[in-house]
Amino acid sequence: MTSHLSRRTFNALLSSALGGGLLATYGSRRARAATTEITVLNWKGYGTDEAFALKAFADATGIAVKHDYFNAEAEMLTKLRTNPGAYDVVLINSARTQQVQADGLIDAIDLAALPNAKDLAAPLRDHPNLQVDGKPYGVAWLWGMTSLAVRHGKVADAQSWAIFSDPKYAGRLALFDDSITQVGIGALLTSQDINNPKDLKAITATLKAMKPNVRLMWSSEDEWNKAFAADAFDISDYWSGAAARSIKLHSLPLDFIVPKEGAIGWLDTLAVPSSSTKKAAALRFINYMIDPKFYVIWATQSGAPASTNTAAMNALPADDLSHKIYKPEDLAKLKFMSALPDDRRQAFNDVWDEVKAFYAK
Amino acid sequence: MARRDWTTAALLAPAYGWLALAVFLPLGAMLFFSFLKAAPFGTRPLQFTFDNYLAFVRRPYLIDVAWTSIQIGLWTTGLCALVGLPAAIALARATRGRSQQVLFLLIVLPFWTNGLVRVFSWTMVLREGGVLDYALHLVAPSAPAVALLYSFPAIIIGLVHAYLPYMILTCYLSAAAIDDAYIEAARSLGARTPMIFAKIVLPLSLPGLISGAILIFVPVIGSFMEPRILGGRVGVTMGTMIEDQFVQAFNWPLGAALSFTMLAVVLIIFGVSSRALSARFGAQ
Repeated sequence: MTSHLSRRTFNALLSSALGGGLLATYGSRRARAATTEITVLNWKGYGTDEAFALKAFADATGIAVKHDYFNAEAEMLTKLRTNPGAYDVVLINSARTQQVQADGLIDAIDLAALPNAKDLAAPLRDHPNLQVDGKPYGVAWLWGMTSLAVRHGKVADAQSWAIFSDPKYAGRLALFDDSITQVGIGALLTSQDINNPKDLKAITATLKAMKPNVRLMWSSEDEWNKAFAADAFDISDYWSGAAARSIKLHSLPLDFIVPKEGAIGWLDTLAVPSSSTKKAAALRFINYMIDPKFYVIWATQSGAPASTNTAAMNALPADDLSHKIYKPEDLAKLKFMSALPDDRRQAFNDVWDEVKAFYAK
Repeated sequence: MARRDWTTAALLAPAYGWLALAVFLPLGAMLFFSFLKAAPFGTRPLQFTFDNYLAFVRRPYLIDVAWTSIQIGLWTTGLCALVGLPAAIALARATRGRSQQVLFLLIVLPFWTNGLVRVFSWTMVLREGGVLDYALHLVAPSAPAVALLYSFPAIIIGLVHAYLPYMILTCYLSAAAIDDAYIEAARSLGARTPMIFAKIVLPLSLPGLISGAILIFVPVIGSFMEPRILGGRVGVTMGTMIEDQFVQAFNWPLGAALSFTMLAVVLIIFGVSSRALSARFGAQ
């Protein structure tokens, strides 16, 4: 039923894109004969360029998808600014959406035109970071978080970030050596906005109080895995995607928990540049990217961050790890990162450097 | 005469050209950055400030960090001298031929492995239940657990391992150049071995010892990989602080200013210590 509906909508959209009613009656052979080509701007190897997906999408719609890549968000912005008309779909982190919108580079999206949008989790689909004047400027696509990882069987009472300074776990804590993450955790513990905390002194004190527990600071997934496997610590802040890999690939005994204060989330969106000349085709591609059929294959064969589409997450096999890590009830607890102005980034870094100097003393 | 000058200049030109390009150009750029308010990327206008050099005043915790770095530098250099000088003397004066070649190979061997690999292999040796712990408990089962990883000694061990070859090689050059006749003369005058070492071998090896110390002290003060991976909580040094400014805060000017401040501190230390050394040994 769903697929029938979506295919009809696909065809309706495509026909309007080609400016003719000829293709209103469906038939993929005819669709294939007519070629439209769209260009996607994304990180390399991040979903949109999966070979199986491009083939399935072209077979179903006759739209060919080309790619251009960026290696940094600043590069993405430069490419959008300097090549108007070159791109039809662009990946934008939700922290950047409003900035890109303010530059007039992306269009508002009519979610009603995307059949699969009905299954998007509301807290992500309608997140304030994506909205300007009540209109969404991107389709929430993938998300993940930095939350709490504890050793299974050894730490059973982890419900709060306050466990980071619990004397019971002296010398058993590892911290991610990243100022934005640590200030964020301090903000969660002191009930402040992670993106713009007013009381940095309280955060500094909260982080300093963790000193007796801190054993080490990690900066890469590999380092985390090695130290955890060697029993160097039992509690840490950790990335959701990395937690899934640690369990699946390295069989490490860890529980991934979203504490009651919340976790630090990130959300990637797909948006349509205002200079695109093939917007209808672009929306069809975005609709396919949030399709459960695409997500399940991508996630089970290559591994992927969590989908924003509830139906897609439910369609994963029952024993898939994602069910344990990305729980729908945690979504409302997530605090998403926003873009930081330079002076605030520096202030966060100073807090973290001061705390680290205190740890080392 | 003039012709020979030109030849010398032509022979030196590639080396000095390369030095100018590879050393002074990036250093000059960093010195320039250190007086800016923000790194000059994109369309931001240049704003000059001296503020970055007040970092130690504005951020008093940096003084603790700098002192930790200097301690790491002193310990590492001292231990390298303590181990490296006898090794170099033995290598230069007591071994010949094939055994000398084999020893040289063993000393240079650490250079052939990637630094990161070396540091990670130390984590396997030093951790609780690691190679060292295991070996100790084979010999003495009742000994307490040895867990050196994530501590100050672990940082020093990693750094001494990485930098010892510099000390041995520079001391070897000095020690090998000592004329046997001096030692024979001293012996014929009745000097015992400790006296020969203190009056002849040590002073004549001093140039190697000093250049080794400089070669080691400077990079160790700025090291960030070994402290970060082996030091755990205590592994916070000027090197890691400067790295944070570049990688996390994107504040290149502050990172550059911290580097140059440390460079100044190092130069002062060298100035004072070389004066003290020359006063001591120059008088003899």
